[in-house]
Amino acid sequence: MTKSLSPMSWRKGTGLAGRAWNGTNREYDLFKELTVGVIVVTLLVLAASAIFSSPDDHSVTLKSWANSQPSDFVVTANTELGHTSATAGYGPPYNSTQGATQTIGPLDLQSLAGVKIPFDTAKDFVITPLSTLPNPPAAVATWNSATSDQQTSWTEAYGKALDKAKDNDPAAVASGNYGPVPALTRSLLTMAKQGSLDSVLQSGGSFYNFDYTRSVLFLGDGTYLKDLATKLHLSGDQWGMMNETGNYPGQSWLWLFSFFYQIEPFKSAANADLLVVFTVAILTLLLTLVPLIPGLRNLPRLIPFHKLVWRDYYKRR
Amino acid sequence: MTTVVPPPTTPTGPTEADSPSAKPDEEFYTWTGKARRWMLKTLPPKKLLPETQPSYVASWIYVFGMGAIASLAVIIVSGVVLSLNGPSWWHLSSLGHFVNSMHLWSVEFFFLFMVVHLWGKFWMAAWRGGRLLTWITGVVSFAVSIGAAFTGYLLQTNFESEWISFEAKDALNAAGIGAWFNVANVGQMFMWHITLLPLAVAAIVALHVLLVRVHGVVSPLDAAETDTQLRDAAFPELTDKADR
Repeated sequence: MTKSLSPMSWRKGTGLAGRAWNGTNREYDLFKELTVGVIVVTLLVLAASAIFSSPDDHSVTLKSWANSQPSDFVVTANTELGHTSATAGYGPPYNSTQGATQTIGPLDLQSLAGVKIPFDTAKDFVITPLSTLPNPPAAVATWNSATSDQQTSWTEAYGKALDKAKDNDPAAVASGNYGPVPALTRSLLTMAKQGSLDSVLQSGGSFYNFDYTRSVLFLGDGTYLKDLATKLHLSGDQWGMMNETGNYPGQSWLWLFSFFYQIEPFKSAANADLLVVFTVAILTLLLTLVPLIPGLRNLPRLIPFHKLVWRDYYKRR
Repeated sequence: MTTVVPPPTTPTGPTEADSPSAKPDEEFYTWTGKARRWMLKTLPPKKLLPETQPSYVASWIYVFGMGAIASLAVIIVSGVVLSLNGPSWWHLSSLGHFVNSMHLWSVEFFFLFMVVHLWGKFWMAAWRGGRLLTWITGVVSFAVSIGAAFTGYLLQTNFESEWISFEAKDALNAAGIGAWFNVANVGQMFMWHITLLPLAVAAIVALHVLLVRVHGVVSPLDAAETDTQLRDAAFPELTDKADR
């Protein structure tokens, strides 16, 4: 005996949905519809563009950061030197910091991907750029000749002193044994204020550049970029993933992705990003496979919106 | 009022008129010939470019699929103009800024139409009758379009793209993708945005549309053999009179 198919089945079957329509037809002009569609959409787009335009807030640079918030810049440079910044402790793909990756049980995709874009924040963000100066500060040689423990001791001491100083102002730091660190961060600040750090970090001394990873990570380690984003409602806890600068719709199609960052247990989880990625991936897979899932595929019958769609057809039955 | 036209005299399968280059008794020996036979059998010209549709294809919901395709056309044209002029053009020229606005708004309309189309098809259970792959290609095209739009936001070369590349890296790195898909590498993102992802979207959308043509538009959920529209098809002159 042949098992009869559910009317909601995706299989071809022998029902009306699986056969070529043999009933009444209506005239239809595919090319005409396409042409009208393109004209109407073009007019809509032209109107929206003329009325609403599009946002274009200038990018920030290491130069603008150094000039606007020099103290934040110096504090951040010190964390890069001491390998205590967010980037320094990030883990793959930038470095191999132990225990820094986001995991679900034994699943550690971040480590599996490996350190593909390696950075040593002290060397790449501070020492190497300073070494490109026509007259590198003597502090660079002092730093390079020191042991790792000595370097850590200097940056820790200077970091604590900056914390205690009024407004983290390097000029207000109490005297102490900071080694070459104040001279290094001061020189880097000067370099950044003049604008040369931007080009050195981005191009690494080459003429061409297409990769802004170092600059973006350095900027993001400070508070300047984050504070600006928060003011523009772009941070993660402000649905920033789908927001756009100004009053524009932004990437509203990322609402579900953004939504999970607003609720527990995702919001405060140490592996929030991985949890959200997996959750959205599973939901997307479910949507893709709706026709194969008996409960979900029956929803259109239980909630009969189809009666609205085909009301003319049903009226004439 | 819907114009009712008679159904085809041969309801299923290609006819000689449908496929003039593939006569029924013609034999094929080459891969090319066999591919032609398969293509003409699967999607004969009359099915590919029909002049009629079933009478139930009469609702505003059907407009949104075409709206999405029309938006995609505007996206491609405005995107080509932007890319031909280089990434900085739109910051420096008012015409460039306007074309950028067109690119942005065509994307917004594209997603709006696509979402309405997707939900419409869900409530119509449009996967019925062997249309599983049509549904899947639709959802996949939506997912790939999100990737394409995301890379576009990364290419604005302004504060927003700068911030997005900083924020978005975490989810991508956590998933092990960031090592190869580095959102702060503008050169890499250009490749994805103006070549790989548009090609992927266009290919999946094209396959989706072809599948719609192959399988036809799904019939109403409650349609039955006893419906007037099916019974009257054998006597179109009666339907014409009823319509008058």
